[in-house]
Amino acid sequence: MAKRTPLYARHAALGAKLVDFGGWDMPLHYGSQLQEHHQVRRAAGLFDVSHMTVVDFADPAPTCALLRYLLANDVARLYPGKALYTSLLNDAGGVIDDLIVYDRGEQGYRLVLNAATRDKDLAWIAPIAERFGAGWRQRDDLAMLAVQGPEAFTWLEAVLGTATVAALRALKPFHALETDGLFIARTGYTGEDGVEILPPATQASALWDRILAAGVAPCGLGARDTLRLEAGMNLYGSDMDETTTPLVSGLGWTVAWEPADREFIGRAALERQRAAGVPQVLIGLVLEERGVLRSHQHVYDGDREIGQITSGAFSPTLNRGIALARVEAGSGERCQVDIRGKRLPVRMVKLPFVRQGRVLVE
Amino acid sequence: MSSNIPSDLHYTESHEWVRVHDDGTVTVGITDHAQHLLGDLVFVEIPEVGRAVDAAEACAVVESVKAASDIYSPLEGVIVEINEALADSPELINEDPYGEGWIFRLKTTAALDGLLDAVAYEAIAAADDEDEASLANPKLID
Repeated sequence: MAKRTPLYARHAALGAKLVDFGGWDMPLHYGSQLQEHHQVRRAAGLFDVSHMTVVDFADPAPTCALLRYLLANDVARLYPGKALYTSLLNDAGGVIDDLIVYDRGEQGYRLVLNAATRDKDLAWIAPIAERFGAGWRQRDDLAMLAVQGPEAFTWLEAVLGTATVAALRALKPFHALETDGLFIARTGYTGEDGVEILPPATQASALWDRILAAGVAPCGLGARDTLRLEAGMNLYGSDMDETTTPLVSGLGWTVAWEPADREFIGRAALERQRAAGVPQVLIGLVLEERGVLRSHQHVYDGDREIGQITSGAFSPTLNRGIALARVEAGSGERCQVDIRGKRLPVRMVKLPFVRQGRVLVE
Repeated sequence: MSSNIPSDLHYTESHEWVRVHDDGTVTVGITDHAQHLLGDLVFVEIPEVGRAVDAAEACAVVESVKAASDIYSPLEGVIVEINEALADSPELINEDPYGEGWIFRLKTTAALDGLLDAVAYEAIAAADDEDEASLANPKLID
């Protein structure tokens, strides 16, 4: 039977269209994916992301050493309350998963990993953590709610109180605080301002109800996907996987090369790829005609195939087809995509497509 | 989930509806059940007027935010009219699947024997609710 988050009954009661995601029954939408997308860009939406994998490492010192070896980015750059986005790499530099790591000071480190990758992530981490003497535990006793959108903070005042919201507003992006038993991070997967809140699972439904009562609309994973694509954020399993390095996945910025003597898994492979010249890049595409771009469609420069779409969708904000695609490095800005046997013109653009409600491509 | 299945129309197992006119033409669209499973439609690729189609031939595509689905001609015939309004307003299929959301009109002499009546289609739609993946099949996300 599929796994259910603590909010499953709430989704069912709201009439959500529930779908299987990585072994979890999750809401795809609550009526209209398009409306939920616009709701987040224009006001605020509430997502249940309790299926994500949360792992806590309690002991700061051995965990710091472990994570500096395990992750492509360098947790030595963190300080209490600060978060970092990075990847877990294999020896070939391929991406096992992407994740956010939070520095919790004396309480150690918290990792938030994807849901569908849970088993392989933990199987990868466990023996290495043991070698470093870093104990860890899964936090299935926590839920995770994301409140995202320009009105998120205003509407959360009725839920969290004005003092907490003032502290959250003062928090820089990619920082977290802990208050009243809640872990609240200024992170998200939509390109909008907002927070991700981790309450005890037993309190998740009550918190969900209060956030909805404050005016925030429930949004499903469907809208979450089009929002993250517009925000130019990668999706694990689509835009990168164990066969692709961060360098060919638009994630070079999540690799800390300095200090040069920090050994981390995958480093040698990444350095070889960098020295040889990175063969491909992950770029944004905008469809110049009506239609929808989809993953696995082929990208051409004239007669020559130069790559493939890794994530494609209809962008509700741009009202046109957009995509992330992996193409040969140095490709020209104008290219074509094969859609059902027809070559339609697309244009390469700088990512993101949309950030904080503003369209950033012409 | 209950959906609207008008009794005066004919249906296919692939979720098209057929309205028969006196002039030897039929209008074709997709059912309320189908639009509900697909979700918000954002693009419709319509066949050209004059195109000859076989029964069960894929001749149009509807795309929702997450998935593209073929539309099959219910009968052999020639496309004589298309719903131009869908180019700008694909959501008409969601809002009014049996009216403003029609997709094309077909001139045909084919017999209607192979089509389903509302009762038979309702059974298919009900079975589908048990297994929504057959039509919606959204690619899932994290």
